[in-house]
Amino acid sequence: MRNVWIICRKELHSYFVSPIAYILLIMFGLIFGFFFWNALGSFVFESIQSQMSGQSFPMNLNEWIIRPLLSNVGVIGLFFIPLITMRLFAEEKRTGTIELLATSPVRDIEIILGKWVASLVLYACLLLFTAVNFGFLFLYGHPDWKPLAVGYLGLFLQAGALLAIGTFISTLTKNQIVAGAVTFGVCLLLWVLEWVSGYETATWARVLAYMSVITHFESFGKGVLDSKDAVFYITVIFLGLFFTARSMESLRWRS
Amino acid sequence: MIKVTQLTKRYARTIAVDQISFEVAKGQIVGFLGPNGAGKTTTMRMLTCFLPPSSGTASVAGFDILEQPLEVKKRIGYLPEAPPIYPEMETSEYLRFVGELKGLSGTDLAKRIDYVCGRCAIADVKRKLLGKLSKGYRQRVGLAQAIIHNPDVLILDEPTAGLDPKQINETRDLIKDLAGEHTIILSTHILPEVEQTCEQVIIINKGKLVATDSVRNLQARARGAESVVVEVAGREGTFEPSLVQQKLEQVAGVSRVLCKEQVDARAVFEVESKKGSFVRGDVARAIVQSGWDLNELRPAAMSLEEVFLQLTGSEASTPEETPVEVQAQ
Repeated sequence: MRNVWIICRKELHSYFVSPIAYILLIMFGLIFGFFFWNALGSFVFESIQSQMSGQSFPMNLNEWIIRPLLSNVGVIGLFFIPLITMRLFAEEKRTGTIELLATSPVRDIEIILGKWVASLVLYACLLLFTAVNFGFLFLYGHPDWKPLAVGYLGLFLQAGALLAIGTFISTLTKNQIVAGAVTFGVCLLLWVLEWVSGYETATWARVLAYMSVITHFESFGKGVLDSKDAVFYITVIFLGLFFTARSMESLRWRS
Repeated sequence: MIKVTQLTKRYARTIAVDQISFEVAKGQIVGFLGPNGAGKTTTMRMLTCFLPPSSGTASVAGFDILEQPLEVKKRIGYLPEAPPIYPEMETSEYLRFVGELKGLSGTDLAKRIDYVCGRCAIADVKRKLLGKLSKGYRQRVGLAQAIIHNPDVLILDEPTAGLDPKQINETRDLIKDLAGEHTIILSTHILPEVEQTCEQVIIINKGKLVATDSVRNLQARARGAESVVVEVAGREGTFEPSLVQQKLEQVAGVSRVLCKEQVDARAVFEVESKKGSFVRGDVARAIVQSGWDLNELRPAAMSLEEVFLQLTGSEASTPEETPVEVQAQ
């Protein structure tokens, strides 16, 4: 456990002394800020319209703003996750520092967990920006905090799964760009797999749709904590880290 | 301290290391010598548990590299060919990170950092980013990193590669200095380095062990005979080198005499004797009894370069000075 923390701290140090973390934070903040502003704008516009038409219908902050925005965060994360994970192992392999880690008295799994946790912490920092924006809703309205909390949990699990996949892909190459591009491709595919359920109901289509990371976010987005979906994300995290460990082992046999 | 048995590393098509066995005693400093691509780095990587061997095994400080890699890693300090540094870290941050990785903490760690900084002369760059350091400093930080946890065994892969002559000397002195406390294996393809720093040499070529012996024995062994350099001077002006030559050849046990140099009434000979016969006394007596002066008599050391070429079977380059050879009749 101590070793995981040592590795994690070193990774966070690398993120935060280089421009990586700050650029990601700024870009994420800008993009999400725009999304939030838009959602709020249309909410205000709709509510004024509904009052003007005389038949005002109840509008809910959770339904109209928080829920769509949470799944938007997932989509923005899709672009940011490859940028977070691509350097994790690829860089160490290129500079040769992987030799230092691999010849130190730490287990492979501790190295992997340390790096993955660090990437998750950086993602959490990105989420902090969204929390600031959502904070304004609580300042001026009365949204329900429970669905929001469940939504955040879902985002965390989803990101954890994609970050684990990205970590694995980063062990496969020395080239960060390759790692980033492949991770993005894989994440995007996992995202859109769900589309097949739109026109096909055969078993294969249901399996494909089930593998999509977005299908499992729906319940979280609604504020429903469904253990089935949580288990899906946890399984992907576990598999991703497991393959990372296998890949690190094979690294030793191959190099 | 280190025991290697039948260590082998096979790749898809090639055998990088082929059944190497050797032992290194505690406190020794061993040169691991071989041309580029001989398998030095691969062997070292196996010893440090970075690569698993295809067959065979090794033990470090009594722990098997296959069965107890964590224990082995705790006792090894390793400096790969390129020092494994993070350019975005400061020297002290980096040493702290490595120290923690190796299991140090608290005041112990702080003490060790101060100690290695002093030892490797990097105290003045403690607050500098590693990426901004010169090659020499990086190498020393790499060395500091390797000794931070006071390991029993130090494994250094070409520690002087790419340094300027002054830095090479400093690094060599530092390594020699460390030899008392640690058992050291250092790989190199630079021969004078081994002659200067190491007590023991392990020579490998194309993955095979060629020789393992002390530097001195190896020099003697390669020649298959002992050879002595003798400087003789004549008295009262009359001096005939060929006479001396004849006289020397008559000494029992001498196989060959070369006249290497002749200036005025002085001449330098190289006397080779058959293996196992010690002719120094007889040679000296023969010269003195014949009325010449014996200015110097010393065992001729073969340069390790010649030994190396002989053992690895490479084409020997022509020596710079060709001795004047006088045929023995």
